[in-house]
Amino acid sequence: MAYSDKVLDHYNNPRNVGSLDKSSPYVGTGMVGAPECGDVMKLQVKVNPETGVIEDAKFKTFGCGSAIASSSLATEWLKGKTVDEALDIKNTDIVNELALPPVKIHCSVLAEDAIKAAIGDYKSKQAGVPKAEAVAVH
Amino acid sequence: MKLPIYMDNHATTRMDPRVFEVMKPYFLEIFGNAASRNHSFGWEAEEAVEKARKQIADLIGATPKEIVFTSGATESNNLAIKGIAQMYAERGNHIITQATEHKAVLDTCKRLEKEGVRVTYLPVQTNGLIDLDQLRDAITDKTILISIMYANNEIGVVQPMAEIGKIAKEKGVLVHSDAVQAVGKIPVNVTKDGIDVLSLTAHKLYGPKGVGALYVRRRNPRVQITAQMDGGGHERGMRSGTLNVPGIAGLGAACEIANREMAEESKRLRFLRDKLKDRLMNDLDETYINGSWEHRLPHNLNISFAYVEGESLLMGINDIAVSSGSACTSATLEPSYVLKALGAGDDLAHSSIRFGIGRFNTEDEVDYVGNKVAEVVKKLRELSPLYEMAKEGVDLSKVSWTAH
Repeated sequence: MAYSDKVLDHYNNPRNVGSLDKSSPYVGTGMVGAPECGDVMKLQVKVNPETGVIEDAKFKTFGCGSAIASSSLATEWLKGKTVDEALDIKNTDIVNELALPPVKIHCSVLAEDAIKAAIGDYKSKQAGVPKAEAVAVH
Repeated sequence: MKLPIYMDNHATTRMDPRVFEVMKPYFLEIFGNAASRNHSFGWEAEEAVEKARKQIADLIGATPKEIVFTSGATESNNLAIKGIAQMYAERGNHIITQATEHKAVLDTCKRLEKEGVRVTYLPVQTNGLIDLDQLRDAITDKTILISIMYANNEIGVVQPMAEIGKIAKEKGVLVHSDAVQAVGKIPVNVTKDGIDVLSLTAHKLYGPKGVGALYVRRRNPRVQITAQMDGGGHERGMRSGTLNVPGIAGLGAACEIANREMAEESKRLRFLRDKLKDRLMNDLDETYINGSWEHRLPHNLNISFAYVEGESLLMGINDIAVSSGSACTSATLEPSYVLKALGAGDDLAHSSIRFGIGRFNTEDEVDYVGNKVAEVVKKLRELSPLYEMAKEGVDLSKVSWTAH
């Protein structure tokens, strides 16, 4: 399968790889996918509680090149957005930006789910709702 | 060293230039139809075919008359299994095979099931080998055929053919073996191994694509097969169609070279394969060999790199041609059914790479591949949330994942 230049670029130079302190009240963590399906994404955002702006975003992904690229791109887009703006990111935006083929659309869906899960985790922390497990449900 | 490096020799092999030289005259000069009995063009073509028949027979301990030419192993497997099921339908309607066969055997059996044949798909043990007691127990008075591959195309494990042959003989059941990965690589002898029908193909042993053969035993017992194509009654009525003379000459030459050089070559390939394995396993943790190490082709290495997804690994080593899963199934996103049959979890099945070292690979290439793969695995593990969790001591099997 031929990969687009943008997918190759994100695969070869992934942006914002790493982890944030998931116990921090200002960090939201989203983990989606399953190892037996061949992809798992962990996406984290660090939010400024005063402004609601995402100041940092990190990811780690187990999956194909398109899954890695989708989550790498998501972290790029998240930085500087407010949490509400972040929820407007759609998987189709990722598909278009990375020129993903139909067989790889699920990678973009997973990235959108990871964003929603991370923001959801942050919001529930802010609301003081205790959460048992870092793994998000969608 | 030239890039990209081809190390996918279970999918196909580069033709040996010596084989190509043998084939050349049969395109432009000796172009006759081997079935033409009235002129020298036909006689010369026939001579080439008969020479090849002997070269093939010599490699597998058969006699030339027992070799039937086909278009390749898929046809050989279809002809063998369907041909026996039809010919012996009055004697019984039960076939035994195994879960890790090639699709050319599995799908042939599935078609026969629709036609009323009963098929037992034996599971394999975690080492990829069948359990001989289970085989014995599966045989009924209706069993006509046991079809077990000699060596597996993904994990390279070599089945105990001689023991299988012995069990089958005791019960009066025929044995077919898809031996495409074994012939020319390890000693195969249809008499010692108790094989009655055997499939082989040229392109897996440095010969041309599009030509193969089916060995059909003529004595003790004399095996009969119902033809699957109607036509001129070539190949003693078992396979009609004008013979592919250049291809057959190439198959014969490939078999002769393999016969002469196998002992030396397998030593060299084993050394290279072991070097690659040691390079990877000494450097990388949580790396697992799939299938028995002891009962394995000398040139096969199938490894799972835990917490790294196979397709992303292939993407990182795009100057090396290897396979994730098998070539026939890697177009799908499903993990290898062969690895699943070993009981490997889906996650490890997703993380597997098959290396097939061949005649034209050099030690420099093996070193390059080892270094490159190790480098990319490390990079992808840095990216892998699973590796991070495992290092933190999280039991991944206890996490409630969000399946999608």
